[in-house]
Amino acid sequence: MIKQISELWRWQVLWADWPKFAVAFLKTLEIAFFALALALCLGVIFGLMSTSHNRLLRGIARVYVEFFQNTPLAIQVFFVFFALPYAGITLSKVTIGILCVGTYTGAYMSEAVRAGIGSIPKGQFEAAQSQGFTYIQTMALIILPQTIKIILPPMVNQMVNLVKNTSIVTMIAGGDLMYRANAFATNGTMSYGPSYLVCGILYFILCFPLTRWARRYEDRLKQRDVQTNLEIEKMEEELV
Amino acid sequence: MAFSSYEARFVAPFFFILPKNGGKEVIALIKLVNVNKSFGNLHVLKDVNLEVAEGEKLVIIGPSGSGKSTTVRCMNFLEEPTSGEVYINGTQLTHKNKIEIIRNSTAMVFQQFNLYPHKTVLQNLTLAPIKLQKVPKAEAEELAYKYLDIVGLREKAGVYPSTLSGGQQQRVAIARALCSRAKIILFDEPTSALDPETVQEVLDVMIKLSQENITMVVVTHEMGFARQVADRVIFMDDGRILEEGTPEHFFENPTHERTKAFLSKILK
Repeated sequence: MIKQISELWRWQVLWADWPKFAVAFLKTLEIAFFALALALCLGVIFGLMSTSHNRLLRGIARVYVEFFQNTPLAIQVFFVFFALPYAGITLSKVTIGILCVGTYTGAYMSEAVRAGIGSIPKGQFEAAQSQGFTYIQTMALIILPQTIKIILPPMVNQMVNLVKNTSIVTMIAGGDLMYRANAFATNGTMSYGPSYLVCGILYFILCFPLTRWARRYEDRLKQRDVQTNLEIEKMEEELV
Repeated sequence: MAFSSYEARFVAPFFFILPKNGGKEVIALIKLVNVNKSFGNLHVLKDVNLEVAEGEKLVIIGPSGSGKSTTVRCMNFLEEPTSGEVYINGTQLTHKNKIEIIRNSTAMVFQQFNLYPHKTVLQNLTLAPIKLQKVPKAEAEELAYKYLDIVGLREKAGVYPSTLSGGQQQRVAIARALCSRAKIILFDEPTSALDPETVQEVLDVMIKLSQENITMVVVTHEMGFARQVADRVIFMDDGRILEEGTPEHFFENPTHERTKAFLSKILK
């Protein structure tokens, strides 16, 4: 392994292949972006459903979450890729990646949203209702904004997992970053070391800013609380 | 309304059901008819009948668990009665129309204030007017400042509620209720969660409000306030209205034994 990494020619061959890696990187980015959008939508919708008073909606949300949490992502991808064509449904590999990774992560996100909504005091719902807000308005204007601070850390975990999980489409030759790294390494030169190293670094470049941004945002929200605490202290001092 | 003799022939037979005061029927602004409410096996309200006239200041007192809060919460359908009817300004509240009627006619002040913690004081006041009543932002803010002046908290407009004391938060909550310009403001034990020092500042604001033509229904344990402000006092026990009357009658000559026992305990 060390020997492999230290051999310059392997890096030169790898570098010569950079346009292919760039294409694969963009493909991973594409899958991740749309899967994230899908996961967020599903997460909010099913999160709301699982806190609803309607038993049917709650049941549907429960089934969705349990199903996707308790079956491997790989099976879901294989099922869509290999089994659905027999039902006359053939999807592109990128679409399969987006759908499968999106719905899979959406199940986890909906659990985070549910927990977030559950942590908001009942009085907030009552205040909104007493003012005449509809259910949707209450959620959009009053409840969900308050949950952000609570659900941000688990949500970002899920986002990062989502980016990493896009590598699942490698198993159906999806042409993503992981697939490209694999293809390069097994294509005669056997340069596994450099190939996977670069691949890992590229995934890191995608995920790290996400966690940084989330940390920064969380700190800012906390800062607001600290400020309010400082103001309270100041007020108390004035009283004394 | 004038009838020609021709029309009068058709109207006359029905005159006995027409209201007496010049054709303008006085409709109670809030009316509860045989309202029952159960939580599971717990029968909290038992055939409550109640009318509140426009502009009236009604105070509801009683021991805890007597159904006072539930009664008030039925008036804006935070609790939907198990049976019975609730009318607001003559219209029966239903699950379907409640949002619209509540939006236009009632506001509520809660024991725990329930201000929106992620919004500043000013935003707390303007949120509903802007989003629900579609008031332009500038106008909504002007209105908000007006009511902040009334509760004496104009300088707190830009801060978040968590920086305020309990009494200040409750005054903001009252200002928020006023911003809806609802005819009816329901107070559900507005001073019970406050420390004794700040109770009076909230009561003062409510006393100030009572001079306006706002219909106030107040659940409270503040007997001094009841005496000073109420047009009518209702005593509830075990889900029923036991006694009602003017504050003078109520505090000086209560007829019911239960009322006497309650008052003697609380007025010590």
